[in-house]
Amino acid sequence: MQNMEFGLTLTVLGMGGTMFILFLIGLIVDGLNKILLRGEKKEEGRG
Amino acid sequence: MIIEGLSSLLIGFSNFQWSHGVMIAVGCALLYLGIKKDMEPLLLVPIGFGAILVNIPMSGLMDEGGLLRHFYEAGVLTEIFPCLIFIGIGAMTDFGPLLENPRILLLGGAGQFGIFLTLLLALALGFTQLEAVAIGIIGACDGPTSIYVTSKYAPHMLGAVSVAAYCYMSLVPIIQPPIMRALTSEEERKIVMKYEKKTVSPTLKVLFPIVVTLVTCLIAPMGTPLMGTLMLGNLLKESGVTDRLVKASQNEIANIVTLLLGISIGATMSGPAFLKAQTLIILGLGLVAISLDTAMGIFLAKIMKVLSGGKVNPLIGAAGISAFPMSARVVQMVGQKANKKNYLLMHAMGANTGGQIGSVLAAAVMLSLLKGMGIV
Repeated sequence: MQNMEFGLTLTVLGMGGTMFILFLIGLIVDGLNKILLRGEKKEEGRG
Repeated sequence: MIIEGLSSLLIGFSNFQWSHGVMIAVGCALLYLGIKKDMEPLLLVPIGFGAILVNIPMSGLMDEGGLLRHFYEAGVLTEIFPCLIFIGIGAMTDFGPLLENPRILLLGGAGQFGIFLTLLLALALGFTQLEAVAIGIIGACDGPTSIYVTSKYAPHMLGAVSVAAYCYMSLVPIIQPPIMRALTSEEERKIVMKYEKKTVSPTLKVLFPIVVTLVTCLIAPMGTPLMGTLMLGNLLKESGVTDRLVKASQNEIANIVTLLLGISIGATMSGPAFLKAQTLIILGLGLVAISLDTAMGIFLAKIMKVLSGGKVNPLIGAAGISAFPMSARVVQMVGQKANKKNYLLMHAMGANTGGQIGSVLAAAVMLSLLKGMGIV
């Protein structure tokens, strides 16, 4: 594989992959926080 | 007999080359930076002293069976030291500010652009593909990650890459402010970001390291040793039930490994191997990498500013690198210079911890791509 082809592939997929995974983690964490907080509030209400 | 005996006492001098002298001076300079200037002393002091030791001719420290060779082969080449350090870092890191505003994670990704742009530059300058990867990783601004990747794919460059990574990390307060001022207007730097403490579920703090490990390692499995150990350390801390292990990770393990890692890196800096034009190019490219990280982080924060209707101060983008907590403090300092009522620290801390995850993740993705492309 030519050096520049290698470099560009790594840059596009590497940076794209990194940003995508971080975006995914952000979404999951945001969603989980909302679900967990709702559950914890319900439990407090029962208590 | 007496003359032979006397000449054996002069063997160090008779084998002394000019390159040994230069590297002993470099070792002393690193000691000066660590001791007098307080720049990453925990690492620069052992690295500097290791550099002095290995440049004493006939000391045999890095020969087969030599003391430092044992440390190097057992801890660096096997990648055990960087991974153990990550357990300590994970146990010391509070991802709370990041969990309050998970979108800020993206800034930790933008702060890794420098890795890839510098890789392209290194390739253009004639470095081999794996050498370019090792040079680019300096842009992670993350010592253990740089050492892990370089020891795996370009061990002959380990000394230069590690010294560049740790020196530039400690120079963040000098490198970043001019770039931040050049890329932002006075009005942008004055933007006040209100900090409202958001509620984060305590369960989420425990789940976070598990979620990050599963998501990142399933997509980029080659980075599992790095991400896995970082998140293990954080899980120990957040679980609240492993106090002894947390204390050991934060203190004994981190301290012993830092000492051995530092002296092993210093031991790779023998004059004849280190004093090449290539080393200077690596140091130069490392500086470019960290500057590009800062610039790209600010650019993404500018986009966030536009999308949020002017609520985001672009300076916080500069904290999307792994140098924690220096980078967040620099953002706070530059922001407050422009507007004394501006407190960017908590937002910058979020971006900075995002940078810690982003740097490991970028390396993990790169390693997995290399494997997938059949390069390694």
